[in-house]
This record gives sequence, structure tokens and C-alpha cells, in this order.
Amino acid sequence: MELLFLLEQVVNGLVLGGYYLLIALGLSLIFSVGGVVNLAHGAFYALGAYLSLEIAKQLGWGASVVLSPVAVALLGILFERFLLRRFYTADPILSLLLTFGLAMVAEQAIRITWGAAPLPASMPAAFKGQVMLGDFMFSRYRLLLLAVVAMVLAGIWLLLHRTSFGRVVRAGIQRPDMVAALGIRLQPYMAAIVMLGVGMAALGGALFAPITVVHPAMGAEIITVAFVVVVIGGLGSFWGVVLAALLVGVVRGVTIHFVPAAGEASMYVLMFLVLLFRPRGLLGERIEKFE
Amino acid sequence: MTNSKRRTMLKAGAAIAGATALGFPAIVRSQTDRTKIGHLTPMTGFLGALGEYAVLGIKMAEEEINKSGGVMGRQLEVMSEDSVNPATASTKAQRMLERDGALVLMGEINSASALTIMQVAARNKRLFMQIGARSDALRSKNCNRYTFHVDIPVTVMVNAVGLSLLRDNKVQGKTFYMLSADYLFGHDLLRAAKAFIGASGGKVIGDELVATDVTDFSGYMLKIRRAKPDVVCSNLAGNQVTNLVKQYAEFGLPFPMVGFNLNTADAWAAGEGNLSGTWPTVWMHDLDTPGSKAFTAAFTKKYGKPPENHAWIEYVSLKMMAQAMNETKSTDSERLIAYFEKQTEFDILKARKAYFRSWDHQLMQEAYPFTVKPKGKAKDKWDFVVLGAAVPAPNQSLELLAPTKAQNACVF
Repeated sequence: MELLFLLEQVVNGLVLGGYYLLIALGLSLIFSVGGVVNLAHGAFYALGAYLSLEIAKQLGWGASVVLSPVAVALLGILFERFLLRRFYTADPILSLLLTFGLAMVAEQAIRITWGAAPLPASMPAAFKGQVMLGDFMFSRYRLLLLAVVAMVLAGIWLLLHRTSFGRVVRAGIQRPDMVAALGIRLQPYMAAIVMLGVGMAALGGALFAPITVVHPAMGAEIITVAFVVVVIGGLGSFWGVVLAALLVGVVRGVTIHFVPAAGEASMYVLMFLVLLFRPRGLLGERIEKFE
Repeated sequence: MTNSKRRTMLKAGAAIAGATALGFPAIVRSQTDRTKIGHLTPMTGFLGALGEYAVLGIKMAEEEINKSGGVMGRQLEVMSEDSVNPATASTKAQRMLERDGALVLMGEINSASALTIMQVAARNKRLFMQIGARSDALRSKNCNRYTFHVDIPVTVMVNAVGLSLLRDNKVQGKTFYMLSADYLFGHDLLRAAKAFIGASGGKVIGDELVATDVTDFSGYMLKIRRAKPDVVCSNLAGNQVTNLVKQYAEFGLPFPMVGFNLNTADAWAAGEGNLSGTWPTVWMHDLDTPGSKAFTAAFTKKYGKPPENHAWIEYVSLKMMAQAMNETKSTDSERLIAYFEKQTEFDILKARKAYFRSWDHQLMQEAYPFTVKPKGKAKDKWDFVVLGAAVPAPNQSLELLAPTKAQNACVF
């Protein structure tokens, strides 16, 4: 019986890891290609949630989940064109400062626009409730989310590994100098990657809004987890991020089972241990520009 | 005098003249003429939303007081700042008294921060009106004679809900599963809740501490389902309650929920159809008294949304402080303390007047349990709760639900 409980927590942890992925994968892509740790990534997640509430008022929940990420992705183009682009070759500390500052500006802007009080957000009534698979309980809504995450994941993988766009991006991660020598400008690719990354974060925000609290600091809450996932997974590795997200989810679930008070601390312990033995992360590749 | 020296002098003179013309007099006047109050409240973090209402409430009281002539003929100035965390709260409190000219301190919602400000107040021998933190510990073993507490302590919150549970026969022989916030306030709430349930013949079968930065409760949902309690009980704080309530509705667990702490802002954020159960509150905007109705109308007109309980409590707190200063004709902490300790009665917009109990400085006032309106009955997004009758009942002592001297070891 005890083992079954534990197994249920492990499976739930895998589901949970799926959500972290939406945020972490975009963060990792922007990091790998541009060399920029986008600390403002959480702000796009929060913006996605807030925009989805506004859109849902007019056009309903379904439209909000599609349109909000699209709107934020377009904003991402401006973000890349006018801010990030200036920092690809600069000292990393500068881009850290820029995105950290931007995160604070965004949080305060949200506070001014929508107020500090959390906003109510609901999912369509049809998605509420539990699904029992054998003796395991799942939330119907989270299974739906998991399906969306799986589709996004498959889409990104195909894009990176089966298209010419993806070949350039992957080459750009490893040897930007060689890509440049071949006469390919990486900047348009970077704009597309940023758009994709922040769009995914916004999708996360829109999808999580009904099951978490929509408040100005929600971005700061998620960025820490996402960052931990990226660090554990390792730079430049698609599957590393996937593996790390699931691992963080499972470790968290198992910890909640045994020591509930340490649930949140568990992922940091995990990160510590991983970095101790694998400083580049679980599947991190050796990337010259970061060494 | 050399040429360059003269130029410097001219520049300096022009600068001083300019400054005088532009803004100096205002600053000088404000330093001498205003009665300053240092106000600390969390404006960010998991209590930030409540702090925003707190600031709106105290600002509204400040404007009203100043419009009607201020205190002792002087304008009142409330200096509000984000208390951030216990360490910062204490640093800021000390600075406000030492450098910013604050005569007394007010505010706070976070129990841990309130505790550090209380220590600053005692060290400086200045009055601190502790408005919104509810931990019992602040009123018992950590109490000091410079601090007065306005909001209801956790024992009252537990008893307010407890009375309605007992009335509906929902405790005797029932099993409870508890989730508690892992900090001073949550521990305190847990202790009071366990004491109540134990004394009323209920049984606690699950008891989990939840770190204050937890946003995902799915792991806990699984544990609750396996434990099959009769009642799920929330001892969480701030917007964590909202998170729990939303995810509880998401998973559709069948066990009824009660909670011993929920602020209106967090109830509103849960959204219709997610909230259920019985919860305590110190005040709500639809309280049916002439004073509350007038306050709610004025606040809604001014800010475009109804007041939350922290807006109300900050509003009445500053009114009490102004009354004390006007009556004693003093801003001296010792004289204000003596005034409050006389158990002077204050109108706090409720049916009954309130007073600070002399031996623990806790405001004795009515509290209310609330439940959720049946689906489809809410007029708007602010209106989905039903306020229960005030406790204690009109014929009972206001001290009925409060900790007794034996429970609260407060000695000044």
C-alpha cells in the first residue's frame, strides 16, 4: 500500500515536471543560442496569464489560451530587437542586469495595471474534477495540460531536428563563428527563438492561471524553478531539460510524501548534488563560448 | 575675494534661492508642523495584495482626518513603506523613529515581521499599533506594553469557525486533515486548531506543514485522498489559501473543507465555484451596520472596488489613533498607552463598540464566520460569500472567544 502511495506521487511528479518544461525549455533555448540568461522569462509567463484573463472576458477561455501566447510572442520580437540584441556579445553580467531589471519593471507594471490583489481565474467547468486510472488519481485539467505540453515538445523537437531552421540553430549553439563564416546571420534565428521561448512561457501562464494564483509576482515564483531545471538539465541539451523537469517534479513529489515541509527545498538539494558530480548539468554539452 | 570664489558664491546663492522658491518651504513646514506616523506593511510577497488594501485604507482615514482639521490642529502624515521581511521591517521601524520623525508606529500583517517591530517599539519606548498580524504568540509570551493589537488573534478565528461547526455538529467524532503554513502564524493557527478539535471530540489524522512558497498542492491532494478525512482543514496564509482552494476544486475531492484563516482578497481571487466551506473573518464589506455601509460606499467610490478587511482595519485603526491623540492632547507614547489601557470604547463600524483589553492590549471586538453562496446567487464577483451572525452573540461578553489569562501568559 505504502509503495502504491509513493508510486502515485512519482507519477504526479512526472505530470508536474511537464508544466515546468513549458517555462524551462524556452529559457534554455534563449540561453543556449544567445548566451543570455533571460531573468525576465517569468514576466512573460505572468503577462501570458494576465492577458489570457482579459481575452477570456471577451472571447472565452479557448481563444485566450491561443491568442495570449501569440500576443506575447509578438512582444518577444520587440524585446529581442530593441533590448536583447545589444547584449549577445557583451559581458554576461550586463544581460543579467538588463533582464533582471526588466523583470522588476514588468512586475510593477502589472501591479499598476491590474492591482496587487490576485485576480480570479477559472477553467471551463467541464475540465474540473478527477480522473481515476486504476488506483491513481489525476486532475482532468492537468492531463489536458500534459497533452498540450507533449504536443509543444514534439513540435519543438521536430523544428530543431528535422528542419533547416533547426540545423542552423543547433549549429549556432555549438559554433556561432563557423555559422558566421558560412555566411549565415544568426540574428533572425535568434529573434525567432526568443519569440518561441517567450510564447511558450505565456502559454504556460495562460494554462496555469486556473490552477494557481494570478498575481504580479507569479513570474518571480516560476523563474526560480525554471532556472533550476535548466541548470540541472545542462546547457544546449533538449533532452537534458526534459529529463531535469521530470526529475525535479518526481523528487519534489517524493519529498512531499516523506517530508512535506521540505518539498520546495528538495529541488535545490537536487541541483546541488547534480552540480557536484556533473558541473555542466545532466546532459550538458561542452559549449566553447561558455567555457 | 577672487573671481572664482565669487562665482561659486553666486552659484550657491542662486541654488539656495531657487530651492527656496521651488520646494524648500514645503519641506521645512512638513518637518515642523506635521504629526508623523510610521506605517509598515508588506507590499510585495505572498501578503502583498493585502498590504495594498492596508495602504488604501489608512490613506483614506488620513485624508478624512486631515480634512476635518487633523490631530490637535496639525496635519497627520502617514509614511507607508513595504516591510519586506522581518529583518527589513525592524531596520525600517528603527529608522522611522530615529531619522524620519515618526512619533508612533502602526501597521503590519506578517506575524514574524510584527514581532521584530514590537521589539523595536519596546527598545525605543514608543507605541506600536500592530494592526493586521494574528499570531497568538505576539499577544502572549512575546507581548510588550508598547504594542496594541487590533486584528483578531488566531484563537478567536478558530473559535469563530469552531462555534458554527459545533452548532452544526461537525466536530464530535470527525477526522480532520490539516495543512498549515510553515511559519510563526501557521504554527500558531495549527496549535489553536488542534486544541479546539481535541477539546471538541474530533481527531486530527493528518497534519502537514507547507512552506510559504509552495504553489503546487497536487502532491497534498493525493495524500488527502488516501487519508479519507471527514474534513480538510486549511491553516494557510495569504494567497496560498487561494492556491489550495483552486486546486482542491480542480481535483474535485469530496471532503468538505473548513479553514481558520482567509482574507477577503484571497477569497475573491479564488473565483466563483471554487471556494467552499466555512471560514472566519474580522470584517466584510457587506456587514450590515450604518457605519460599515457608509465606509464601503465611500471606499468603493474612491477606489472603484469594495474594501477588503485589511482596508477596513487600517481605516479604523488610524481613526482610533487620531481619537486617542485628540483626547489626550498628546502624541506621547506613555499618555496614549494610558488612554488605551483605560479600556476606552471605540466605534469600529460594527454593531458593538470595541476596546483594548488592558492586560494583553488586544482589541476586543466581534468576529464572523462566513460561508459561500449557492451557485448562481452572487450579484457580482465581489459577492459570493454569506456573512454569518456576529460572534460572540449580542448578549455575550466580547471576551468569550478570546484567549483567557490562563491561556495567554502575557505580563508587561
